[in-house]
Amino acid sequence: MTHDLSLRVNGTTRPVTVEPRVSLLDVLRDHLGLTGTKKGCDQGACGACTVLADGERVLSCLALAVQYEHREITTIEGVADPLQQAFVKHDGFQCGYCTPGQICSALGMLAEHRSGMPSAATEDVATTPQLTRAEIQERMSGNLCRCGAYNGIVSAIEETAR
Amino acid sequence: MTQTSIPTRTPQRVLGEPIDRVDGHVKTTGAAQYSGDHLYPDLAHAALVHATVPRARITHIDTTAADSLPGVHAVITHHNAPRLQPPPKPTLLNLPTLAAGTSVNYLNTDEVHWNGQPVAVVVADSLDIAREAAQRIRVTYEELPATVDFEQEEPNAVPQKNSALSDGGGKKGDAVAALKSADVSVDLRFSTPMQHHNAIEPHTTTAVWNGKALTVHDGTQHIDWTRRHLALRFKLPLNDVRVISTFVGGAFGGKTNVWAGTILAVVAAKVTGRPVKLALSREGVYRTTGGRTPSTQRVALGADADGQLTALIHTSVTQMGRVGGYAEQVVSQSRHLYDAENILVQQHQLTLDSIANGVMRAPGESIGSFALEAAMDELAHRLDLDPIELRMRNEPDRNPMDGKLFARRGLREAYARGAERFRWADRTPEPRSMRDGRWLVGTGVATAFHPAWVFPANVTMRLSADGDVLVRCGFHEMGMGAATAFTQVTAHALRVPLDSVRIEYGDSDLPIGPGAGGSAQTASVSRAILDAAAKLKKDLAALARRNNTSPDEAPATILSRAGRTHHEVAVGADRGIGRLAGQVRFMSTLLRERRKYVKAACGAQFCEVRVDSDTGEVRVTRWLGVFDIGTVVNAKTAASQLRGGIVMGIGAALGEETLVDGHTGRIVNANLAEYHVPVHADVPRIDIECLGDPDPTMPLGVLGAGEVGIVGVAGAIANAVHHATGLRVRDLPITLDKLL
Ligand code: FES
Ligand code: FES
Repeated sequence: MTHDLSLRVNGTTRPVTVEPRVSLLDVLRDHLGLTGTKKGCDQGACGACTVLADGERVLSCLALAVQYEHREITTIEGVADPLQQAFVKHDGFQCGYCTPGQICSALGMLAEHRSGMPSAATEDVATTPQLTRAEIQERMSGNLCRCGAYNGIVSAIEETAR
Repeated sequence: MTQTSIPTRTPQRVLGEPIDRVDGHVKTTGAAQYSGDHLYPDLAHAALVHATVPRARITHIDTTAADSLPGVHAVITHHNAPRLQPPPKPTLLNLPTLAAGTSVNYLNTDEVHWNGQPVAVVVADSLDIAREAAQRIRVTYEELPATVDFEQEEPNAVPQKNSALSDGGGKKGDAVAALKSADVSVDLRFSTPMQHHNAIEPHTTTAVWNGKALTVHDGTQHIDWTRRHLALRFKLPLNDVRVISTFVGGAFGGKTNVWAGTILAVVAAKVTGRPVKLALSREGVYRTTGGRTPSTQRVALGADADGQLTALIHTSVTQMGRVGGYAEQVVSQSRHLYDAENILVQQHQLTLDSIANGVMRAPGESIGSFALEAAMDELAHRLDLDPIELRMRNEPDRNPMDGKLFARRGLREAYARGAERFRWADRTPEPRSMRDGRWLVGTGVATAFHPAWVFPANVTMRLSADGDVLVRCGFHEMGMGAATAFTQVTAHALRVPLDSVRIEYGDSDLPIGPGAGGSAQTASVSRAILDAAAKLKKDLAALARRNNTSPDEAPATILSRAGRTHHEVAVGADRGIGRLAGQVRFMSTLLRERRKYVKAACGAQFCEVRVDSDTGEVRVTRWLGVFDIGTVVNAKTAASQLRGGIVMGIGAALGEETLVDGHTGRIVNANLAEYHVPVHADVPRIDIECLGDPDPTMPLGVLGAGEVGIVGVAGAIANAVHHATGLRVRDLPITLDKLL
């Protein structure tokens, strides 16, 4: 049993025919050829598959493609942001495999912060917290980097947020 | 297309500069293609079925429910798999024989050797179908007695014998007697658990047959070994096998060997006649690739009242699989670090019905340094001596075990620099004496040490008349910034601008590169690049003489005057007698130099931890590592690599542990939710300083930065935890239950 969908990805409409069990991640990679988004665990534990849906960060391995028909999906291929250059400058990656997820996640996280959303690191949830390194680290902790490029990632985000 | 435009800009200083990575753009835009990103038309997907028992004979496999699923192209078991050549017996005389992860001839046998061994592979139109079909396969086993429990088997561990390249044990004087008569002594037992690399990219192979020729995209750390292994197993001429490994999504030793997934992807493609992608699931990574062995260790130290070591004993027990594995050199740094009058080191191994253990970042030193450095800290505590002072009093001029020369050794300087920068003197020495609210604060140090290696590397270097330089070598990029570093080395050697250099790598069609292991790639390829540059310059000088051009002219001018569009030189031979001669030369140089020198990177790790006095939670709050890695090729990427090692060490110290069920030998936490690698919030700002002086015995003076960073990390943290709490945790990881 398959479904015909049309997905909005990086500003274009893309028709796909998929089984309802297929993840958004596999549709992006295997059906639409957008291999920039990575699979690290397929279980929601690593963040490598993070994409944006209407600007919100989503783990695409845990998302069913059929539920994303009317959302505006942005993958790394659709991102053009100073943050990318900041990653290069601060060496916020080594192997680069977690990087698309880190970048998409950071963009979503910055939007969350702008909207006043607190985190577990926020001392006073009644105010909009400063985006300190501790806040960035807390909010980015769903994105694993086994190469250990965390320092550079946080610096890149810190610089871009200023 | 001869051009006369020549590089006239003054070449910038390039060696050591923190230049941006040459692959920064592709890695931040999603354009970098890893081995699972090659979307061949008609690509099929494969999924594995894993054995659920540790040792058995398969009596029956029912595949009917899988076969009948629409979209399934093949269900391959030992009944219908193509016959393969068995893996070769590993021998040091033929290094590529070390490639095989295990000795099992997958799907060519009804025997099960470990819990998780692949017993079937399904190929289907999509991953979901392949996975569903795999779940429908029913395997019946006749179970056989199995040995799977490390602790239970420990009494049966056997001492390791010495070989040409690795020593199982050794002694100087009588350490046992010296320990007994020492003024002050400690005698401690330690344990470290099994760990897994957990590169964020799971091992993935895309295999494509083109008639009789085979191309595989595989994130291997050793293209040449993988290629030779596949040629042998599938009985192919070497020229018909191409291995491509352009970008590797992390490896840390886990992609050194050829594991089941690579072989079975090729089998699946052969059976179906379609390009096949086999991406291991995260669980599959734990089931089919070997992790770091667990260990138990004893470190006993004796000293006189001034803290001069009189006895050092370090012994270890580690695990190997009955189907292969590796005697991890746990005690190796105890031969090199401290000037004890009497030394006794001995490694032991036990054998389990498990997968072969693999190599993981600084195998041996990573876990061995935890025990040695924690014991040194305890001794300092008993002597009422500062732990850095104890180390300095025992810092040797020559290798303690045998009096060999150190090629270089910046440990004194590293500790001096580190103590100053870290403000070590600010601590109060008594344990549990520093507090910040409910946090107990402690600081700790430990020594990092990792031997340096050089492996053969072949390169070609081609200079064009327009000034462009192309260097080709089948080396590997797993995150070290290799292409960036070699761009710098080439620009430095030829005195040309960085942007005139292009590097091709990661492909068996290129001259054979070294494996990415032993922290040796930078030194190994640098040597070949320096040799090629020298050759190129010599050829150009000769060319200039023949054409009455001044040899001081720009290379491109010399070329165009001679009517040449380019000139290419080669270093090393990929095949035939030249290759053999190269290998013999390599081995004899290696053994000769090892008799003369101890070559190693080293460093001093400083950290501060905070321990929650109510919950026992440990936070690492400050880190400084001062390293002697010889020449630094790129200050930015070298620091990142050292940081990466430290982050992985923080994981080993505080969270990482692969749990194996003692009855079934099955890994129970085969996922990233229950195996705890460090996350953003666990990692403080990590300061790195490199001393930077070249090692006179290494190519370009480079010692390597890939592994030394993790060494000593768990020791430094354990020591800081002791300083904070007064508790000496000797069993990794230091979880909060051990501090309550
Ligand atoms: S692949 Fe989605 S969280 Fe790991
Ligand atoms: S850069 Fe390799 S996992 Fe983050």
